[in-house]
Formats: sequence, structure tokens, C-alpha cells
Amino acid sequence: MSEPSSPSNKVLGVLSWLWVGVPFTYGVYELAVKIPALFAN
Amino acid sequence: MQSVGFLSRDRIVADVGWSRWLVPPAALSIHLAIGSVYAWSVFKLPLHETLKASGLQSALPFTFGIVILGISAAVFGTAVEKRGPRWAMFVAATCFCSGLCVAAFAAEIGQMWLIIVGYGVIGGIGLGIGYISPVSTLMKWFPDRPGMATGFAIMGFGGGALIASPWSSQLMKWFGTDRQGLAATFLAMGAVYAVFMTVGVLLVRLPPPEWEPAVVRTAAPKSPHAAGPDRTANEAIKTPQFWLLWVVLCFNVTAGIGILERAAPIYRDYFPHAPSKAALTAAAAGFVAMLSLANSLGRIIWSSASDAVGRKNMYRLYLGVGAVGYLVLIVAQNASKPLFLVVCILLLSFYGAGFATVPAYLRDLFGYQEVGAIHGRLLTAWSTAGVLGPVIVNAIADNRIAAGVVGPDRYRWSFAIMVVLLLIALACNELIRTPQPPISVAAETDARKSATVSAVEEG
Repeated sequence: MSEPSSPSNKVLGVLSWLWVGVPFTYGVYELAVKIPALFAN
Repeated sequence: MQSVGFLSRDRIVADVGWSRWLVPPAALSIHLAIGSVYAWSVFKLPLHETLKASGLQSALPFTFGIVILGISAAVFGTAVEKRGPRWAMFVAATCFCSGLCVAAFAAEIGQMWLIIVGYGVIGGIGLGIGYISPVSTLMKWFPDRPGMATGFAIMGFGGGALIASPWSSQLMKWFGTDRQGLAATFLAMGAVYAVFMTVGVLLVRLPPPEWEPAVVRTAAPKSPHAAGPDRTANEAIKTPQFWLLWVVLCFNVTAGIGILERAAPIYRDYFPHAPSKAALTAAAAGFVAMLSLANSLGRIIWSSASDAVGRKNMYRLYLGVGAVGYLVLIVAQNASKPLFLVVCILLLSFYGAGFATVPAYLRDLFGYQEVGAIHGRLLTAWSTAGVLGPVIVNAIADNRIAAGVVGPDRYRWSFAIMVVLLLIALACNELIRTPQPPISVAAETDARKSATVSAVEEG
């Protein structure tokens, strides 16, 4: 029970991590683009 | 006190084949949404310009939100344990999104007090219930790595602001910042978060009774936790360990807020020289962004490390190195920008890690039985720190500014107070011992353990 054992379970796993991972990546990207200004001067 | 039907605990016991790795995304669906409260500052200027709200008034939805978070987590913690994570996530989503809808209506009719009620009070109840909703479930699915499991969820709370800050700014660009534009922004956020959080409600599962992951069954025993039987929330709050940990969390959070609360002004006071005013503003924004990232990543990295190093040792690191870090800021001042940045990154990563590691610390001390409810009661420390931290930093800094002090000296006294608070918290952490069960219970437990050992040896 600890690991996905069926194809549908694996698909659900991928989709659920994408569901939270995509917005989080967007947030990290928006934040990361501001950091270079810190070292510009 | 059982919830019925779709939301009940019985309906969410996992079937054979269900992966425990589906539970962290369920938790993140809730925490990434409610963590948007940390991005509230993007609404302050529009509220000031459109509704003529003062600086204090426009900060109140956030302040109320954090205070109500702690209170509702404490009040509803036992109900969350008894009714289960799906019920808790559903109630959290309902309250949080309803709060945003009330704020939208309030913005439309131009009533600041109703925004405070909607976002701060109704939404704040959702924050508290949502914050603790997945904690005990995650630790039951990951008994071998409770620090990592709760680190995932609580990193999401830090990450929520990373998403909400640019997204809500973009929404206000599309809809405008007049009353209708603010109302549309709050409404869009409420609708999108309702869908986003619903996935968590649908996805969350409880492990079957007596379930253990294969790695625990075959390789190693569960990490040690409370001696004797698990404690209820009411039993836990009568122990000195609970209150020592309350002080540890409260002062660790207060110390983190010491920098977080005035991050941009602190940077400008430490490094005021820049080619232009715009470059200085951009650099200060970059500093704030870097601290947000450190706050979020510290939650998963340090909390995961606690599974190997031990909870008490990690808090020694957060508090001891944190105190040294503030001393470095006082002594070195602005002599070295790289040193300043490294110290601030460490301090903010320890701030986030303090939140993320504490549920596993509670499990070590009091067991699984009501760890979510105990965690809820402990979060009143956060509410206290949410008031204490800004008061210390702002009052002292404002006083120094009024006295004509410039540069890093403006923060010398507030940082010195943070050192003292961290050292007190370090002493409290040293005093924490695993609570011993009553003698009669201990004898019974020893007898059970002996019987188990005999059975294993015979088997």
C-alpha cells in the first residue's frame, strides 16, 4: 500500500503532484526573477 | 461527535493499493491556498487609496487572520481529530473561500470593517482548521519520516504567499483597484481557491488501523515517541513539556518576525547606497523575495533533517545559531553584504523550520492519538508572537528613527532583544524531557513490552 501499484494510481499520483507543483513553480519563478536586483549594485 | 456520509472518517480509509505519496499533495492543496494570507500586504495600498483605510486598518484583516488562526486551531483541534481530515479540509475550504466572498461584497459596498470580518475572522477560522487538518494524518502515513511529511505541508503554507503575491497583483492589474476591481479580485481568488482546495478534500485518505509502511515493517522500528500511552490534548497541556515548547515556538517565531516584519526597510538602512532610488527599491524587493524563499525551503529541508538528527538537536540549531546570527548582525553591521545575506537567509530558514518541525516534536513527546489537537493548542504561541514580534521591532525602530538614529543602529536594540528571547527559548528546549507516564501505567506498559519481546523472541 505504500507505493502506487496500478497504472491509474500512478496517473493520479502524477496529476496530483502537478496540481500543486505547477502553481508552486510559478510562485518560485516570480520570486526568483526579483533576486538578481539584489546583487546588481 | 462523528461526521456523517461523504465527510466521515470511515469513508476515507484507504483501499489496498493506495499510495501514501498521494497524501502530501492533498495537504498542499489546502496549505498553498490558505498560505496566501502572507501575501495580504499587496492589498494594503489599494485599500488605502480606494477605501481610504489607514495603515492600521488595512493591516487588520491580516492581524485578525493570524490571531483567529491560533484561536480556532486551539478551539477546533479536538473536533478535527475526531471528525477526520476530510471534514476539517471541507470546513477550512468553506470558511476560507466564504471569507474571501464576504470581502468581495464588502469591497463592492466600500465597507472596510466588513473586509476585516470576512477575511480576518471568517477566513481566519478556515486558516486555523486548515492549518492543522492534514498534520496528524501525514504523520500516520509517514511514521518513519514525520518531520519530512509535515515539512511538506507547512512548506506549502510558506509557499502560498509566493503564489498569491504575483497572482493577486496580476488580478488587480486586470480588474483594476477601484471598488469593483477589488471585489472582482477577491471573488476570483475565492472561486479558484475553492476548486483548488476541493482536490485536497477529495484526495485525502486515512491509513487503515494498524497499517505501517513496508520500510518500517522490514527495516527499522518506528522512531521513538512518548513513553507510555499517548496523551490526549487535555492531558498534554497539563505537562511542563507543552508549555516549554510553547515558549520555544513563540520566541522562535518572534525572532523571525524581527526581520520579516521590516525586511525592506532593514535592507535599505543597512545598504543605502545604490545607483538610483529605483535600483535600491528593486534590491530591497529582491531581499524580501530571497527571505520568502528561505522561509519556505527551510520548512522542508530542516524539518526533514530532524528525522535523522532528532527534534531537540534541530531546535538547538535553530535557537543557538539564530542567537549567534542576530549577534553577528549587531556586531558586523553592514561591513559585509554577503555575510549579512547569509545570516538573514539562515535566520529566516530557522523561522520557517520552527513551524515545520514542531508537529513531529509533539508526536515524539505525546504520541499520535491527539497530536493534531495538541498542535492546535500550541499554535496560540504563534498568535502571541504575531502580536509580540511586530510590536518589539516597530516600536523600537520607530523610536530610534524619531531620535534621529540612522543606518543599522536603528535595529541594535530590537536585535539584542531577539538574542535574549532566543537564549531563553534555547534554555526551555534544554529542559524538555519525554513525559513519563504515571507509575501504574508505566508498570502496565513495561509488562506489555516484556510480553511483546518474549513473543518476538519466541516467534
